[in-house]
Amino acid sequence: MTHLPILKWLRRNLVVIGGLATLAYLILPNVVVMVFSFNKPNGRFNYSWTRFSTDAWKDPCGVADMCGSLSLSLQIAFWATIGATVLGTMIAFALVRYRFRARGAINSLIFLPMAMPEVVMAASLLTLFLNMGAQLGFWTILIAHIMFCLSFVVTAVKARVMSMDPRLEEAARDLYAGPAQTFLRVTLPIASPGIAAGALLAFALSFDDFIITNFNAGSTVTFPMFVWGSAQRGTPVQINVIGTAMFIVAVVVVTAGQFIANRRKNSAKA
Amino acid sequence: MTALTEAPAAPTVRKASTRKRLVPYWLLLPGILWLIVFFALPMVYQASTSVQTGSLEKGFQVTWHFQTYWDAFKEYYPQFVRSLLYAGTATLLCLLLGYPLAYLIAFKAGRWRNIVLVLVIAPFFTSFLIRTLAWKTILADGGPVVHALATLHVLDVTNWLGWTEGSRVLATPMAVVCGLTYNFLPFMILPLYTSLERIDSRLHEAAGDLYATPATTFRKVTFPLSMPGVVSGTLLTFIPASGDYVNAELLGSTDQKMVGNVIQSQFLRVLDYPTAAALSFILMAIVLIMVTVYIRRAGTEDLV
Repeated sequence: MTHLPILKWLRRNLVVIGGLATLAYLILPNVVVMVFSFNKPNGRFNYSWTRFSTDAWKDPCGVADMCGSLSLSLQIAFWATIGATVLGTMIAFALVRYRFRARGAINSLIFLPMAMPEVVMAASLLTLFLNMGAQLGFWTILIAHIMFCLSFVVTAVKARVMSMDPRLEEAARDLYAGPAQTFLRVTLPIASPGIAAGALLAFALSFDDFIITNFNAGSTVTFPMFVWGSAQRGTPVQINVIGTAMFIVAVVVVTAGQFIANRRKNSAKA
Repeated sequence: MTALTEAPAAPTVRKASTRKRLVPYWLLLPGILWLIVFFALPMVYQASTSVQTGSLEKGFQVTWHFQTYWDAFKEYYPQFVRSLLYAGTATLLCLLLGYPLAYLIAFKAGRWRNIVLVLVIAPFFTSFLIRTLAWKTILADGGPVVHALATLHVLDVTNWLGWTEGSRVLATPMAVVCGLTYNFLPFMILPLYTSLERIDSRLHEAAGDLYATPATTFRKVTFPLSMPGVVSGTLLTFIPASGDYVNAELLGSTDQKMVGNVIQSQFLRVLDYPTAAALSFILMAIVLIMVTVYIRRAGTEDLV
C-alpha cells in the first residue's frame, strides 16, 4: 500500500494534517460568528444566512440593554482581575518564599476550586448568600469572580516566582538596596510576566464566566447572561458584532504579548 | 526546590524577629480568608441545606434527612450517567484531537508556532456562549455539515449507535458532545503543548540513532514524557465538562439533559434547595473520587 506516493505523503504528514484539522475545528465557530455579523436575518434568530448587510456594525449598541451588560461585564472583570491578582500574588510569594504551618491545607484550599465543577461552587455560594440574606447583584458577582480567579493567579505567579534566581535579590541586597527597594526594583519586575499572565487569565475567566454568574447575579445581567437570555428570546446580529470585535482585540492583545515576550527573550540572550 | 525556597531567608535568620516570622501569614491572610469564607464555608452551608426539609413558604429546617440523597440519586441517575458519559467521551475526543495539534505546535510549526498558539488562545477571549451558539448554525438541519455527513453515510453509523436521530445532528447526543469537546479543547492543548515543549529534542535523536522507528519513538519516548500534560489536560477537560449545562441546554434537547441542568433548574426555577444541594454534593463526590483515583494511578501529584 505504502508505495502509492499520495499515501506515503499522507503517512508522513499525518500529524500535521491532524493538527491543522483540529485547528480548523477550533477556529470554525469564530469564522461563523464573524460571517454572521454581516447577516440580515428574517425573524428573531440569527442562525441561517439571509443576505449581506452592515447594519449591525453601523449600530452595535442598537439592541436594548446589550451595551449596558457589556460595560457591566467589563467593570466586573476589571475589579475581579485587580482583586484576584493582588490576593493571588501575595499568596504565591508566601508559598514560594516562606515556611509556615498548614502548608498542605493551604495548598489544597487553593487547588480545590480548580478541581470542582463550576456548578457545585455556584450552587454552594448561592446557599451562603441566601442564608446571609445578601442582595444578589454586582457585589455578589464580584465576590464570586475573585474567588474562582484567585487559584489560577496563584498558579501562574507561583510558576514564575519559583523559577526566579534568588541570587539576583542577594546581589541587590549586597549593593545596599533596602527590602522595599529590592522588592520594587528587582523582585517585582522579574515576577511581572507571571503576574501579567495571571491577570490576563483572570480577566478572561471573569469576563466570560457564565455558570457562577448565572447562580449569583439575581436580576443583574452581565454580557454572558445577556447572550444566554437571547438564545431563548432571539439572537440579535449585534451579538456577533461584539463577538467578532472581542476576537480581534484578543488576537491583537495576545500577539502583542508574545511579541513583547519574544523581544525580552532575545534581549536576554544578547 | 527546597534549597531554592529557603535560600532567600537564610541571611536574615540571625535572630528571626516575631515580625519577620509573621510575614507569610500576613501575605496569606486576605486571600486565604477569601477562599475560606466564599469557597469552604459555602460548602458547609450546602451540606447543611442538603439535609434540611421544609418548603419555601414555611422555611427549611435541618432534620438530618439523608433520604434526600438517595431520592435525588434515584430520580436523576440517568442524568448522572449521561454527564459522566458525555464528559468522558468529550475528554477522550479532546485528547485525540488535541494531541496532534499540541505536537504540531511543539515540534513542527517552526516560525508559525506563535501564530498557531495565538489561534488556539484567542478563541478563549471571545464569549464561549456566542461560539457555542455558532454550532447551531454549523450543525443546522439540512446545512452543509449535516448534508456531508449524510452523503458519506456517517449519519447511518451514528444513528445506529444512537448518537444522532434521523437526519438531524442538533438536539442529539452527538451535538452536545461536539460542543463540549469544542469548548474544552484549549484546556487540553495548552498543558499538552507545555509538557511536549519541555522534551529535549536530543532524546528523539537518540531514539532514532538506536534504530527506533518514529512510531516506537513516540510510544516509548514522547508519549511517556508528555504524561504530566495528558493528566492535567484530561482533568482540566473532564472536571468542567462533567458539571456543564450550557452545551446540553443550547445544543441538546430534553433527552440530553445533564446533571448540571438538573442542579440549575432545581436551584433557580424549582427552588427545591435540599434536592439541588444533595445533587451537587453527589456530583462533587463523584468527581473528586474519580480525580483522586486517576491522579494516584497516573502517578503525578504535583499539579498545582
